[in-house]
Amino acid sequence: MDHLFEFLLRQGDNALVLGHRTSEWCGIAPALEEDIALTNTALDLIGQTQLWLGYAAEVEGKGRSTNDLAFLRDAYDFKNLLMLEVPNADFGRTLARQFFFDAFQVPWLDALQASTDTRVAEIAAKSLKEARYHLERSSATVIALGDGTEDSNRRLQAAVDYLWPYTGEVFEDDATDRAMAGSGVAPLPSDLRTQWENVVSDTMMAACLARPESQFAHKGGRTGVRHTEHLGHMLATMQVLQRSHPGAAW
Amino acid sequence: MAARITEDQIWAWLEAVPDPEIPVISVVDLGVIRGVEVSGDDVKVTITPTYSGCPAMAVIAMDIETALARQGVTRLNLETRIAPPWTTDWLSEKGRARLEEFGIAPPQAAGGPERCPRCGSAAVEKVSQFGSTPCKAQWRCTDCLEPFDYFKCI
Repeated sequence: MDHLFEFLLRQGDNALVLGHRTSEWCGIAPALEEDIALTNTALDLIGQTQLWLGYAAEVEGKGRSTNDLAFLRDAYDFKNLLMLEVPNADFGRTLARQFFFDAFQVPWLDALQASTDTRVAEIAAKSLKEARYHLERSSATVIALGDGTEDSNRRLQAAVDYLWPYTGEVFEDDATDRAMAGSGVAPLPSDLRTQWENVVSDTMMAACLARPESQFAHKGGRTGVRHTEHLGHMLATMQVLQRSHPGAAW
Repeated sequence: MAARITEDQIWAWLEAVPDPEIPVISVVDLGVIRGVEVSGDDVKVTITPTYSGCPAMAVIAMDIETALARQGVTRLNLETRIAPPWTTDWLSEKGRARLEEFGIAPPQAAGGPERCPRCGSAAVEKVSQFGSTPCKAQWRCTDCLEPFDYFKCI
């Protein structure tokens, strides 16, 4: 297995799957401002996808393009975190997920800026600016909703309880992570766990939310071994055009 | 081509290419042109994206090609570079002034607009961190009550 290719797919697929999920809010968000914010966030993530998968396609060197990787792979070839593929459900879950992801992504991309792979460092530096802006909004919104009305607090707590068992996957190091750490391309995800937990705990306390105790972690997304049933449904929508009209372009 | 093209000439032509979404400023004012190199009839222009997913970048590339082709540049190599990442520090002073005249508050390191671009009041509040394009946020003036765009500082 080419570990660098695998690593790049993970970065790109995280951005792509969350970007697509977020774009599902376009036109139906609870308020116009939120609609615009969600759609802009999705746009940033799709832009980052192009950078990561573009580089992945080059590293693979088999003539596949960025679009081929995004639109012509099946669910079991996707390497995104399970947390990012579960349905949006309500606005609360969408924002809680965004927050859990952003709280990891900011220190992660920050560390990747020092990557021994120049291209990785460049993509990380570009994406970090956007990720910081996303974290500002997602953490503020989680606090506003958690410390809001009885209903918004209840919804946020339900979202946190639902998502929590999916967060552990972020920090499960495997052979690819160790290979990347060994060559100085990236730190081990587990090295960032404490930093992530501190940000999450502080925000949840400010948001009047209880942090779940469970240490159980659903796994299988970033390795591609076992995705949830939801990814296939999402890809069916996302990929339908290229599947039905191969090579279609505008 | 009669006369040899110079790099200054290319910069001047690019000065006349408007940003497709904020046409009061040029692509040079926006700070996305990172380099111009001329070697004989070969012209190389390096651009950098504002936001990684900004859909205007494709239009900007097309507008640059069209504008330079109109001036007789046929051998154009348009390159995209992401490092160092674009920052609003690269907006020109002229660009900042034009933005404000147009009703868009220019970026401030403090993270919010200095004043309302319509009435000049400093009494402003944020409506949303995002706006009509990836580079803008929505604010409003609590004196004249007008909503306005703020060019995000990154």
